[in-house]
Amino acid sequence: MDQDLFLQIPLDSKQIIELFTQATNWQERYRQLMLLGKQLPRLPQEQRTPQAQVQGCESDAWLYHCQYNRQHYYLGDSDARIVKGLIVLLLAAFNGKNTDEINAFDHDDYFEHLGLSGQLSPSRTNGLHALIKVIKYYANAQIKS
Amino acid sequence: MQLAFKEKILEDQHANFFMTIFWTALMDFTPVRTQFPTLTQTFNGYPLCYLDTAATSHKPQRVLNAMTQFYLKNNANVHRAAHQLSSQATRQYEAVRDQVMDFIGAQHREEVIFTHGTTEAINMVAHGLTQYIDSGELILVDSLAHHANIVPWQVLAKQTGAIIKPIPLTKEGRLDLLAYDALLKQKPTIVALSHVSNALGILNPIETLVAKAKAVNAITLVDGAQAVAHMNINVQQIDCDFYAFSGHKMYGPTGVGILYGRLEILDSLNPLITGGEMIKSVTFEKTVYNTLPNRLEAGTPPIAEVIGLGEAIAFLNDIPAIEKIYHEKELLQYLQDQLKAIEGIILYGAHPDNIGAVAFNLHNEHHQDVGVLLDQQAIAIRCGHHCAMPLMQTLNIKGCCRASIGIYTNKQDIDCFMTALNNVITLLH
Ligand SMILES: Cc1ncc(COP(=O)(O)O)c(C=O)c1O
Repeated sequence: MDQDLFLQIPLDSKQIIELFTQATNWQERYRQLMLLGKQLPRLPQEQRTPQAQVQGCESDAWLYHCQYNRQHYYLGDSDARIVKGLIVLLLAAFNGKNTDEINAFDHDDYFEHLGLSGQLSPSRTNGLHALIKVIKYYANAQIKS
Repeated sequence: MQLAFKEKILEDQHANFFMTIFWTALMDFTPVRTQFPTLTQTFNGYPLCYLDTAATSHKPQRVLNAMTQFYLKNNANVHRAAHQLSSQATRQYEAVRDQVMDFIGAQHREEVIFTHGTTEAINMVAHGLTQYIDSGELILVDSLAHHANIVPWQVLAKQTGAIIKPIPLTKEGRLDLLAYDALLKQKPTIVALSHVSNALGILNPIETLVAKAKAVNAITLVDGAQAVAHMNINVQQIDCDFYAFSGHKMYGPTGVGILYGRLEILDSLNPLITGGEMIKSVTFEKTVYNTLPNRLEAGTPPIAEVIGLGEAIAFLNDIPAIEKIYHEKELLQYLQDQLKAIEGIILYGAHPDNIGAVAFNLHNEHHQDVGVLLDQQAIAIRCGHHCAMPLMQTLNIKGCCRASIGIYTNKQDIDCFMTALNNVITLLH
């Protein structure tokens, strides 16, 4: 896979939080979320494979990972717009971070700040929990070079 | 004159009729709705708009009261102790069996078995019929079926070497009667049908389907989970061997359901669950099973839930059936019409004779996105595969949105829903 693709999310979590603090109601928050999702490059069909698929999402979602030195980079896609937006929020938080930083990241607090904590309840089928789990799994897996 | 016409419709409710009916329910349903305390809530400042009755219905206050009263006054185990409390509880529990018998038009009280729900009821039948089916024999399953009416048959097929064949659908989402006739020529041993499809709201011509199956001596099971709350059920008229449904979809509590079975065949079912209550005598060498209905009700039953179900039936019986049917018919028609007017909407199998539910997608939009954005506005609908993945495969979709109604639904709910859906469409564009 084209490695440059992994570097395409130019925002970090602070900028994301800033964006969302400006939103005054749910419509603006979700519009923002879906706009962010649009920034995510569409994964070509041949990369939407079952191996890359994240289990536990009602929509289909795929996640790829690569590592430069000690830093982890992720790339994902989904066929649902809101999940795509959620993936951008996660990439903004986790891309370029090392394993310790990823493990220490308080995602509950993050989504609380974004006004999206309702998305986090475990009964939701959006797969946010599943995505976070896979992100952490990759970050902690022994990467063979 | 109009009333006579209404009665005729009531008689014909199992048939498909394609006429436009200009009739407004005579009854004011506002006092019915006010009996449901959960419906007065708000979420994020929006009043709750509950259009997910097909998943589970809300419960009227009197059902909650009946269950509380049971625990406050009559709580005891049934069929066991010699004390007064127990005999009071047993009397109350057994009275509900009579109520259910009347409610579905069964012939004998022993034909009514309390289960934990539709799923358990169908599992009891599939397991219980093991000795009736041999390797290579055929089980026909409705393509509209809920997983609860598919998976137990797959297990039976796996255990016995029987073969499952789906009854195909027409383009309109109805069961393909020609294909059904062709399949019946292969002399299936069991035919498993749904009365009303949970995903699409399609009403099967159940009496015709059962009659055709019986003509080739097949054993028939009808999943009535989505039918009982919305129409008059008469199992003798349907003439099926088994009929299953859940209490929680008919304004009763969760954890209780009914298996109706024609006496002779019910009596020959091999019990799925064995233990206390279902035995006549036990020695370590030999156990003799009790007679029906106890034989199929091992263990302590969900007593308070059975009492709650009885109250739910009383609640339904207090509303003239014809009024209920018309009220819901009018609402569903209104809902279908409103949805159809939206540009870029796709409705699945939306026919005038459908019951309770309408399934749709917005063109090029994921059903989950629609669901999340509706939820922000306190609209409760179901988005997903509706436990009917084979049906979704037939429709060639991953899932869809389903709005479903109940006796407490009003026109305002539907207007609320339409406003919210239009907000979603604006947001997505
Ligand atoms: C048609 C149909 N069959 C079976 C079931 C399963 O019912 P329960 O979960 O109450 O056992 C449902 C409920 O979703 C249903 O709609």
